[in-house]
Amino acid sequence: MVINVGSLGRSGLRDFVLQRVSAVVLGLYGLCITGFFATTPAMDHGALVGFMDSVTMKVFTTLAVVSLAMHAWVGMWTVGTDYIRRHYFGRGHTVYLAVYQLVCLGTIFVYVLWPLSVVWRLGGLAA
Amino acid sequence: MQISVYRFDPDKDEPPRMEDVELDLPEGRDLMVLDVLELLKAQDPSIAYRRSCREGVCGSDGINMNGRNGLACITPVSEAAPRGKLTLRPLPGLPVVRDLVVDMSQFYRQYEKITPWLVNDTPPPAQERLQMPEEREKLNGLYECILCACCSTACPSFWWNPDKFVGPAGLLQAYRFLADSRDTATAERLAALEDPFSVFRCRGIMNCVSVCPKGLNPTRAIGKIRTMLLSQGI
Repeated sequence: MVINVGSLGRSGLRDFVLQRVSAVVLGLYGLCITGFFATTPAMDHGALVGFMDSVTMKVFTTLAVVSLAMHAWVGMWTVGTDYIRRHYFGRGHTVYLAVYQLVCLGTIFVYVLWPLSVVWRLGGLAA
Repeated sequence: MQISVYRFDPDKDEPPRMEDVELDLPEGRDLMVLDVLELLKAQDPSIAYRRSCREGVCGSDGINMNGRNGLACITPVSEAAPRGKLTLRPLPGLPVVRDLVVDMSQFYRQYEKITPWLVNDTPPPAQERLQMPEEREKLNGLYECILCACCSTACPSFWWNPDKFVGPAGLLQAYRFLADSRDTATAERLAALEDPFSVFRCRGIMNCVSVCPKGLNPTRAIGKIRTMLLSQGI
């Protein structure tokens, strides 16, 4: 069992399952959006707001955004622990890794809040 | 034939270098790369490499030939260098001791981690622990590994995390014991592999499958370990 200072007590199996489940959600969401674009002859802002304004689409979009965030976090954490190593960065590599992880988490947090704030204010925007 | 060999002598204060050598090979014969190394050594006795059985059984002479890992003793020159120039380097990703000889300590440490022996706490029978033919069948494609390290040193995940990722050779052997009907430590073995590095650093690049001189498939074994972990986790 490898215990790593940057692993934040995570489980490889949990990450593995998380990435696959989130990929399936994102795939389904992609199909849904593609289907909407393909079957809507006159695409404009009104049609898009009308489609996204239903509770079902808001919940589905929230699920997709959260899935994307989790997928990205597992991926970015993996990339970070591949490259930010003692071999390249010396003894202080854990500090660099912590900064990298904080930047990733912060960025992902913003990228979650931003689309969700748009989606859940859609009714207000349309009005 | 033009040959380029990686040279490094820790006793000399010089950086590693590639040495170009022109060698006359006997005509009409397709020598193995190990034969070429023997001819080189006859010219320059200072060149260092490992070898033993010279028939692909001991796994000592794993080297990198024109960018591809393999056993020098069973790799024909025509296959390693189809365009005529043969470039020989040590296995990548491990510290070089001298010339083509690498320090395999890290590789063996990972192998040791997977408890590469049968664990069975039940009282031993008078003669031996028996298996049904179909149980024995499950070990085919696993037990044949000769630990030459060609696969692990061709694996980018092993290059990045040689201290944490067990590597394809170790994981093939981990599954060899997980699949063994006589072994009773399945839960402990799986628990030891569940972290984010030991197994899950495999990205399915499949360099290991591509270079294995015995034609084994570590990626499939890693997939089966993941399935077992998943089954146990659910």
